Amino acid sequence: MLSERAEEILEALWIQMEDQGKKPLDLGPSRDDPAIDELVKLGYIRKDVGHIHLLEKGKSRAAGCVRRHRLAERLLVDVFDVKKKIIDEVSCKFEHLLHEGLEDSVCAMLGHPTVCPHGKIIPAGKCCAAKEDRRLLKFMSPLSDMKVKEKGKIAYLQAKESSKMQKLISIGAIPGTTITLLQRFPSYVFQIGQSHFAVDKELASSIYVRLL
Amino acid sequence: MLRDFAKRIGYESPVEVYLSRIESLLLSDYKISRRAIAILLLQEDKEILDIVKEKEKERIDLISEVIGEAKGHFHEPLAYIIGLCRQKEVSRICGSVMTFKEVRKISFREHLSRIMMNPFTGAPILLAVLYYGLYKFVGTFGAGVLVNFLENKVFGDYVNPFMINFVNSVIPFKLLQDLLVGEYGIITLGFRYAFAIILPIVATFFFAFAVVEDTGYLPRLAMLVDRLFKKIGLSGRAVIPLVLGFGCDTMATMVTRTLPTKRERIIATLLLALAIPCSAQMGVILALLEGRPLGLLVWLGAIFFVFLIVGFLASKIMPGELPSFYMEIPPLRFPQFSNIVRKTLSRLNWYFWEILPLFLLASILIWLGQITGIFSFLVTILEYPIRWIGLPSEAAVAFLFGFFRRDYGAAGLYDLKKAGLLSGNQLVIGCITLTLFLPCVAQLLMNVKERGIRMGIAMSVFILFFSFSVGYLVNFVLTLLGVSL
Repeated sequence: MLSERAEEILEALWIQMEDQGKKPLDLGPSRDDPAIDELVKLGYIRKDVGHIHLLEKGKSRAAGCVRRHRLAERLLVDVFDVKKKIIDEVSCKFEHLLHEGLEDSVCAMLGHPTVCPHGKIIPAGKCCAAKEDRRLLKFMSPLSDMKVKEKGKIAYLQAKESSKMQKLISIGAIPGTTITLLQRFPSYVFQIGQSHFAVDKELASSIYVRLL
Repeated sequence: MLRDFAKRIGYESPVEVYLSRIESLLLSDYKISRRAIAILLLQEDKEILDIVKEKEKERIDLISEVIGEAKGHFHEPLAYIIGLCRQKEVSRICGSVMTFKEVRKISFREHLSRIMMNPFTGAPILLAVLYYGLYKFVGTFGAGVLVNFLENKVFGDYVNPFMINFVNSVIPFKLLQDLLVGEYGIITLGFRYAFAIILPIVATFFFAFAVVEDTGYLPRLAMLVDRLFKKIGLSGRAVIPLVLGFGCDTMATMVTRTLPTKRERIIATLLLALAIPCSAQMGVILALLEGRPLGLLVWLGAIFFVFLIVGFLASKIMPGELPSFYMEIPPLRFPQFSNIVRKTLSRLNWYFWEILPLFLLASILIWLGQITGIFSFLVTILEYPIRWIGLPSEAAVAFLFGFFRRDYGAAGLYDLKKAGLLSGNQLVIGCITLTLFLPCVAQLLMNVKERGIRMGIAMSVFILFFSFSVGYLVNFVLTLLGVSL
């Protein structure tokens, strides 16, 4: 089991890689951190003077840490309605509690989200590919995974291209509005207010709904 | 006056700050308020951005800077933030003046709507709409009864003889006489074709289309076919131009303008040119294959197969954004007669003035082709591929004229059939090839106008080779299997 500090270092390395491509991380004042030696020993990172590099072996571990951090953020925002400004502090503590098993349950409960509240990508876990649907405690779901007649409130929209997002906004699919799924095949038909709309699967999977 | 009542929506404070900063940088006249322009800029509206770039040359860098800053302020796209604010305002206003009764019972209307949107019950409804709307009303009544009356009675007995006499007595030159009232003259062919054939068919089609449109059936159809259409690179929305193509492909090509991406427009244009027979053509083909249900089935199967396979391949080859489908499904309504009539008339008016010049141009081209001898030359060339697909070389004339009037080509085959020159197999192959063959000259011109000269020509060359290849293939398969239809 990694120490919390080591997990945070792996996360920092992952974010560095996301933002700036593969670059070593400047250690700064924390160069004598024992957590670094812990990671070097495990073969996850390489250390040279003042810098550390993420190694291939450490990548999946780092992805896991980032995944838990961002899932924790989603959980806090979507379920506990914590304000975005303070989620950083809280989720940093919370993520370490989400260990294997619990992590996948939370992911399923949140409808296998793909981005965190800041719009950063959540690395996919095994549960996302399998889409195993543990019906216990399902709180959030993309519209595309809802059952017919299921009802909820739109929590957030998640789309890579802003043009897709604009399409959804233009038909009034906006967070806070009540949405009912009417039909799944051959297209997704849903009701917002007094109007009915049809969308394809791709758009339906970018509407995340807090189930009622 | 209205201005006094206009009410502003207040946006979240940071949005308001960015708005006023952008507004202060917009110094040109835009005909609409600067605030509106600023809001559109924040929502990254490309068209408005281009206009502003043009008008605020010196300040565009500063404006872009503010937009960039605003974007950095939020995690979500600005359009999303602005949409949220508006939704809040809408809910506030509606909440204070509207109440909704909880309706438990599902109305008849709602039942009917669900039946239409269910793929199993929706398909028979689609067939019924096509059969009564397209086949019975447009095909039998419009293309049969009305065309018969206008073409044979009005033009055949009155207009043409009168005009021929008149022109021949006023203009002494044979060449000009031919141009105006000859076999393919501007009056005898161009006008007659436009008024006696196109007008009744298109009028009945527009009428039927307006009825279907006003009931709210089209969005339901679009939603049914979206999954299938995605496979051929289109979205459910494309069902509207494609259905219109069964009326007139030329007009339908014009309507592809309503499709959101260039990729969809190109694919739809190609499919219209290749695999959607217009009402005039379909009328003659149905007459040709009358009494040969098996032949009709082979024709239908081949065309449908080509439609899917060409669409599928085109969607694989064409680069560009994948289509996405979203559409409001309005409640079903009983159409209002006066609305339908008004719609039909205004569309007819618009259509006619766009299309009529093209038909007149076609008459002139045929006239030119005849006097210069280009036609007989083209016929000799066409005879090769015609024999290649197993048809008698006399069919070449029908194919060449098919280009100038799609239905006329089919009518040429009809003459051959009456003369007993075609076997069942040849008839079916002829119909398939002719349906796929180059669009009529009006549609070719429209393709060039809408898609540009290069794309228009490229499509035509492809269709030319493709149609004969399919004809050859069908002939080959039928012979191989020893089938005679």
